Amino acid sequence: MSSKEKALILDKAGIDRALTRVAHEILEKNKGAGDIVLVGIQRGGVHIARRLAARIHDIEKVEVPVGSLDITMYRDDLSTRKSQPVLQTTDISFDITDKIMVLVDDVVFTGRTIRAALNSIMDYGRPKRIQLAVLVDRGHRELPIRADYVGKNLPTSAKEKVEVMLAEDGVEEKVVILGE
Amino acid sequence: MALASKDLLGIQGMTADEIKLILDTAATFKDVSERDIKKVPALRGKTVINLFYEASTRTRTSFELAAKRLSADVINISTSTSSVVKGETLLDTARNIEAMKCDMIIVRHYCSGAPEYLSKLLKSSVINAGDGSHEHPTQALLDLFTIREKLGRLEGLKVVIVGDISHSRVARSNIHALLRMGATVTVCGPPTMIPPGIERLGTQVCNNMDQAIENADVVMMLRLQLERQTAGLFPGVREYAKLYGLNRSRLDRAAQRVLVMHPGPINRGVEISSEVADHASVILEQVTNGVAVRMAVMFLLSGGVKTDA
Repeated sequence: MSSKEKALILDKAGIDRALTRVAHEILEKNKGAGDIVLVGIQRGGVHIARRLAARIHDIEKVEVPVGSLDITMYRDDLSTRKSQPVLQTTDISFDITDKIMVLVDDVVFTGRTIRAALNSIMDYGRPKRIQLAVLVDRGHRELPIRADYVGKNLPTSAKEKVEVMLAEDGVEEKVVILGE
Repeated sequence: MALASKDLLGIQGMTADEIKLILDTAATFKDVSERDIKKVPALRGKTVINLFYEASTRTRTSFELAAKRLSADVINISTSTSSVVKGETLLDTARNIEAMKCDMIIVRHYCSGAPEYLSKLLKSSVINAGDGSHEHPTQALLDLFTIREKLGRLEGLKVVIVGDISHSRVARSNIHALLRMGATVTVCGPPTMIPPGIERLGTQVCNNMDQAIENADVVMMLRLQLERQTAGLFPGVREYAKLYGLNRSRLDRAAQRVLVMHPGPINRGVEISSEVADHASVILEQVTNGVAVRMAVMFLLSGGVKTDA
């Protein structure tokens, strides 16, 4: 652990087990993989969405479409930031109307990112249902937003920072709380 | 990352990083114009004024569409129908607009320096949509975006700009932008239309068009302003077209595939033949990219706490 990391919440094995369980829960709740599409929210949710798709394929032998969504232009804080955030790509190359969309993010905190994602999705089509899968729910919701699937419930103080580090970004895989 | 200033007045003071930021941001906004709902709420509730002292189809519509696709409210003021005809000064016009709490003013004016003048007096962001013969920065940015999209890069490219360079703000902005991003620029046209000393900006000069485009990667044709003929700057439209017009046979004589561009509006058969314009150029793609680039500029200038450069 580096000096900034206060606590190790999940190591690689922990992340893997959580995502496997979440994949099973998605299939259980929706009674299979039919009509499911996964959309990862930039940037933390994209890799996780792909991993969930891979696990769903292992379990049900079905390929579910995976897309990515950048919510920057739908943020509620654009007027008050010092500079505009960097735009990432939105890649939803499949039809989402009448599908069961599972939004995927690494951490849900205030819920404002998810609110922005919902507004953005409505401009792309009309899913039958939208569900939310997150690796970590750290509490402190400022909007009435709730995740359907949670890898780990993690009570935190508002000043702490939760960081999800994934192998796809070239670092050691873990979820940590950083010091105040 | 952010732009250094609250305004976009010209390419001359911009860094390569700022130009790259605008081009990268524009790529994302291009996707917005391609989907079914061509709107994002990024500038929701902001007010944008188009203050145009000169005629325009492309630029004004492009800025208006860009602002609307960002969900801003847009007002167009064309001075022929405003109190300017009663003699109201530029300063008073702008101050009155600001008193109505507008966030962004896009100005096209026949006097070089008018946008800069306004930018110092107004708290709103000022975007230069073309001032006199000085600069037309969003045109250069959309031209660079088009080149980068079609050829994959800007550095090391040989770009030739052909036409009435003296009176062209498009040429000036493009010269600054292309040189800043590492391309080489040659200006070509009759000697009467090339300002003496332009080499000091870093360009080459050539009066023979076939020579100039021989090894070019990009050719930018400028509109021949026909009213210059009465000023004696060229002997006749047919002679101009013969020496400096881009037609199929001239284009075929170039050593390799050349990207043909024109800021519009085109004089068919004068600086560019119909055949080349309609079948061998990227003129309409430039127009499409113009909306994306202007969305990027407005997005990057909006919001947040800005300090003047």
